Parts: sequence; structure tokens; C-alpha cells
Amino acid sequence: MKSDIILSGVGGQGILSIAATIGMAALENHLYLKQAEVHGMSQRGGAVQSHLRISENEIASDLIPLGKADLIISVEPMESLRYLPWLSENGWLVTNTTPFINIPDYPDMNVLLAEIEKLPHHIAINADEIARQVKSPRSSNIVMLGASSPFLDLPYESLEIGIKKIFGRKGEKVVQLNIDALKAGREFAIAHTPVGSR
Amino acid sequence: MDKLLLLGAEAIAQGAIDGGMSGIYAYPGTPSTEITEYVQHNKTARDRKLHSQWSANEKTAMESALGMSYAGKRAMVCMKHVGLNVAADAFINSAITGVNGGLIVTVADDPSMHSSQNEQDSRFFGKFAMIPILEPANQQEAYDMAYEGFELSEKFKIPVMIRITTRLSHSRSGIERRELKNENPLTYPEDPIQFVLLPSNARKRYKGLLSIQSLLEQESEHSVYNTFIPGRDKSLGIIACGIAFNYLKENYPSKSCPHPVLQINQYPLPFSKVEKIVDECEKVLVLEDGYPFVEEQLKGFLNINSKIIGRLNGTVPRDGELNPDIVASALGKEVKQGLPVPKVVANRPPELCSGCSHRDIYNALNETMREFGKQKVFSDIGCYTLGALPPWNSINSCVDMGASITMAKGAADAGVRPSIAVIGDSTFTHSGMTALLDCVYENTPVTIIISDNATTAMTGGQASHATGRLEEICIGLGVKTEHVKVLTPLPKYHEEMVKTLREELLYEGVSVIIPRRECIVQSVAKNKKEGKVRTGEVKL
Ligand SMILES: Cc1ncc(C[n+]2csc(CCOP(=O)(O)OP(=O)(O)O)c2C)c(N)n1
Repeated sequence: MKSDIILSGVGGQGILSIAATIGMAALENHLYLKQAEVHGMSQRGGAVQSHLRISENEIASDLIPLGKADLIISVEPMESLRYLPWLSENGWLVTNTTPFINIPDYPDMNVLLAEIEKLPHHIAINADEIARQVKSPRSSNIVMLGASSPFLDLPYESLEIGIKKIFGRKGEKVVQLNIDALKAGREFAIAHTPVGSR
Repeated sequence: MDKLLLLGAEAIAQGAIDGGMSGIYAYPGTPSTEITEYVQHNKTARDRKLHSQWSANEKTAMESALGMSYAGKRAMVCMKHVGLNVAADAFINSAITGVNGGLIVTVADDPSMHSSQNEQDSRFFGKFAMIPILEPANQQEAYDMAYEGFELSEKFKIPVMIRITTRLSHSRSGIERRELKNENPLTYPEDPIQFVLLPSNARKRYKGLLSIQSLLEQESEHSVYNTFIPGRDKSLGIIACGIAFNYLKENYPSKSCPHPVLQINQYPLPFSKVEKIVDECEKVLVLEDGYPFVEEQLKGFLNINSKIIGRLNGTVPRDGELNPDIVASALGKEVKQGLPVPKVVANRPPELCSGCSHRDIYNALNETMREFGKQKVFSDIGCYTLGALPPWNSINSCVDMGASITMAKGAADAGVRPSIAVIGDSTFTHSGMTALLDCVYENTPVTIIISDNATTAMTGGQASHATGRLEEICIGLGVKTEHVKVLTPLPKYHEEMVKTLREELLYEGVSVIIPRRECIVQSVAKNKKEGKVRTGEVKL
């Protein structure tokens, strides 16, 4: 078992919470893990990415080689495309469709979505909207994690355990909101994945 | 023992705590900041009351750590690579004084300059000081080297350097802990003049340092961190330093590398091991994350050893950090990229946060400068350096911490009027105060804007030594009270700011303007914590 995952988004959008939850789930399953993060306020409002690798065998490099990622999870649509050189031929791209527009030359949404549609294996999900629907508007990142869960080589239950460990300090209510967000994202992805293509 | 999931930086902190450290000293700087922050929040460290408060700069941190070592206790000082330039005087001399309690100098380098002005390689500094350097390849070694480093330091009575790079510092993995050691008791150095570097004693101590060099080399020779892995195919041998070894392994999964490999994670270079691989292989590829430090030593000025390849002959790019793909290319392997990045993807550079006080001061400064002309604003390092980018384009320099004030002074001496410095509050107390004293000493006509957001924002919001005492410091250093002006940087006070700026720019002497408003990230975080909704105080 091995998953090489690239997480992407804009500084402050919570990709590290996704990484931490997957990390906890990996530990729960006694897997090896390496996760290269982006730190520093210099990244505020800028593009950020994290390389997350989990495996049943020892992992050598902290960085994923080009063309070897099994999955890109992006909380922002334009950012999802920035890391295509890392995606393997059979890899999946799972992205939020809600743009984060803080630059004057942000591309036309239709052009962006068309680029995403071109990919053979992708899930495009309006995570912000779904987060609002499940009354957890600040959990769009966890909706994205849920939408990615069918493509992760990890039992779904261990992601829920991960959420309990990561958000446990913030109280039962926050945990439940995030689990709702996780489920909603997962249901969307399963409903929108052609049978047999996983 | 427990297994922990830690960043490389955090693993060093945990290793130091478990290794019996009594105090850590540091000034923040990416990618080293998390080492000290981990100690600040660690339970054992709190129970033991280990020192972990921030220092004013890297030099004061280095000297405080040396003082703790003088008293027999184990101490660590950490910094980013350019911080070692600031601490260099104390650092180099600490190798001559030697230590009493174990002393580790941890330096985090930033190849590819993810958040730095340069990518200098601290191993040169370690060699310059003639002390052992430990360079962990992974999080577990980071832990182990910090844990064992104090003993190594005490064995030879000199400081030990731990050198990491951004990638390891900011990557998380599982580590296994070892038994928690006791702290050292307070003891004075056996020789009361050990730390007195008067020439007569310094010469003696320097000879001592020279005399242990061969022992340090023997230590490297037998170090478990310098392993020779035999291989059949001797057309190529590979020397891999620190995390370069991981990228090599990535290219040869499950121990399939056919070539002899020498892993070097401890310096000075182990002579026999290096000699063996160079002798038995036709070519030797040197992989190191940073400058060609090892490669240059092996090659020599006359390039007699032309079988050495790496960054200097173009097999590996001359600059930038390593990664598995660069190493693959150097090994002659094909790199298969995924799809190209679509053309529609635009750049998204970092920017000043919306609501940031630096924005308001730059708006006011830009308007004022329309009357005074271009290219007269020297600045410094911090979030406010983003004022160099559009839409502001307000500043014309960013060199090293504190340089804004002294460069403005030199330019004023050359005849630039008005000559302006823009500096942050933490940068000012790091290295700006002595610069201000130079200006006061000659009453140089400079206008110094200390943009005070009450924190060290750039590195994640650490406490700033300047908070609550900036005016007192400036007046204490001799700036005239009537030329120390405090402003509130908010759009509604724009006209007032422009007026004050204009007045002070026309003054032929030292003036200090302090636009003061809390960092927006900090104030939002605080309000969230206190359950307050954001209210009138930060109306934008
Ligand atoms: C010698 C040195 N030490 C540390 C750093 C890292 N560093 C860059 S900016 C900065 C802090 C800036 O704080 P402040 O001056 O208050 O400005 P702010 O970011 O809050 O606007 C630090 C610690 C550095 N670049 N050089």
C-alpha cells in the first residue's frame, strides 16, 4: 500500500488540517508517513502546497518525484492545476470549484473548469457550498478530504478517528460538524465517480 | 518509548530536551523557528523550567547559550543560516574558548531561498570554526543527533553544529524517543581563565583546538552516521550528504543501488572512507543539499581529482535545493513528468494581508514621496518588505536586518535628501538600535519609520522585544522627543500621516516616526480566542 498525495491551496485555507487528519489516520493503520509542509507568514495569500506520503514500507524522500503522485487534493481550483506535472498517469485530481480570488489576473472560471474537465480522472466539487449545506461553513477543507477519501488507500473509519483526534480539543460539536462535512464530501465523490473507475 | 509525529525542527527540540538541555536561545527565522517554539510549548520543558524565551538577535542568543554552558549546563542556540552571520563573532570565538556544559549550535539553511535573502551553506562556518558538524538525513537522526550532540560537545569540550535544510526542518515523520536524561548540575569551568581570550591565553586555546582536529576526524571515521555501503558497479561511486541520501534511495527502491555509496552525515570528512570510495570508483558523484562543500574539498583548486562530479561540473545544478528528480537526472535516469501546467494558471505571490497596517503607511508614504522624488527609501526584512512589490513599489532596498537605517545614513551622508528608512519593530530591536545611535551621534538627516505591529509577523507572530518600549528606546538613544512621532495607520488618518511625514522629511536631523497598530492576523486570532467578534477598533 502506498499513497503519494499533493495538497494545494492558498495560504490560510487549511490544507495542513487535511494533512494532519490523514496523518493521524495513517498512524492509526501503523503506516509510515512523511509530510513536507510550507511554513512562514511569507506564504500568506500566496500559493501553498504540501507533499504527503503514506506507505506500508519505509519512505525515502520527503518530496514526491514528478509524475508519481496518486492524488492531488486542492481546496482551490486554479491551484489544483499548478501541480499537474506531479500527477501520475492514473492519478486522481480532486478539487474544490470555489475560487479564491486575490490577484488581478485570476483566469476566467469557465476556462479553468474546462481545463479540469480535460483530465481523465477528476472530481470537481463545490466544497464551500456543501459545507454550508451541512451547516459547517468553515469545514470546506474537510469536505475536500471526504471527497478524496474514496481514492485514499485508507479505511474510511480511520479518517473519522483522525478527525476526533485533531479536533477533539475544540469540543464535541466541532468534531461532529467536521464529521458531517467529511461524510458529505465522500457521498458527493462516490455519486460522481463512474462505477469501476476507482 | 512513545513514537511521536514530528517536524525535523521539532525532532531536534525533543532530542535536546530528552538529552538534558537546560535552555534554548534563539531569534526566530524560517526554517528554524519551530525548534524554539516546540520547547516553549513542551510539557517536560515547562515542568523543568527550561529557558526558552526569545533573544533580541542571534548574537545575544549565541552568547547567552555560551554563558549557560560556562555554568556547566547543556544549552542549544538556533537560528536560520543568515542569523549565523550575525552571531559569527561569538560563534567562531566559542570554538576557541571551548565549552563547559554541552553546547549545540543548530543552524537551518534555506537552499532555493524559499524565505531568505541567500542560500549560504553553514557547513562552511562549521569548518571555519573547526568544530564537528552533524547533518541529519531524517527526522529520527535529527532527534538522535540533538540527543547525543551534548555528549559529543562535552567529550571534546567544544561546541557542535547541527545543520539542517528547509526540507527536513519542515517535514513531518515518526520518531522514537529515548530515555529522558537529567540536566547537568551547575559547575564552574575547571580553569578560571578558560573563557578569557586575551592573546596569551587565546594562542594556547587555539593550539588546543588545532590539536584535537585529528581526533574529530577519527570520530567521523567511526561515526555510525557515516556509513559505507558497498556496491558491485564501480564505474560510479556516490557520496550523499544529509538528506541527499533520501533522494538517492528514492531512485533505488529496496536497496537496489548497484554503486558503492558513502553517506556523510558527520564532519570533518572521514578521510579513510572518502579515500576508499574515490580510489575504488572510476567517477564519484557528490550529492549535497547546499553549496558544493564536500565536492570542492575533494576536487581541490587544481582539480587534480577530475573524477569528482557534482554541482561544479554541471552534473547537478549549481544552485537551488535538491529533489528526487534532480538526483534522478544526475544518475542518468529518465524523469517522467505528468501533464504540463496549463497556461491559464496565473502566479499567486504572497501579499500584505488585507487590513495590514503596513499597507496604510505605504499608501501615506507613496503620496508624500510624490513631492520628494523616487528611490530614496531604504527598507529591511519583514512582512513590510512586500512593499517592494506592486501595487506599492515603495521601497528600494532589503539587504540584512537593520541595514535600512544605516544605508539611509550612508545615502544621507552622500547627499540624498530626504533619506528614509522603513523598518519593523522586531527588526529594529534586532539590529536597528546601534544604527540609530550612529545617526544620533552625527545628527544625520534621516527619517526612520518604525512600522510597529507589536509582533514578529513574518515568522509567525512571535513576541517582539520592542513592544511597549519603542519611544523610550529612541529617546534614550538620543533622538529629540519632539521628533519621535507616533501615528495610527488607518485609512481614516491618511491625511494626518501624510502631513507628519512631510514635516519630518523636511527636518534636517534624526526623526523617528512610529506608525502603530497591531498585526491584523494577531488581532483576529486574539479576538477569536476571546470569543469576541471583530469590532470597531479595526474598522477598515
Ligand atoms: C539575521 C536574520 N534573522 C532572522 C531573519 C528572519 N526574519 C525575517 S523578517 C523577521 C521579523 C520581522 O519582524 P518585524 O521587523 O517586526 O516585521 P513584521 O514582519 O512584523 O512586519 C525575521 C525574524 C532574517 N531574515 N535575518
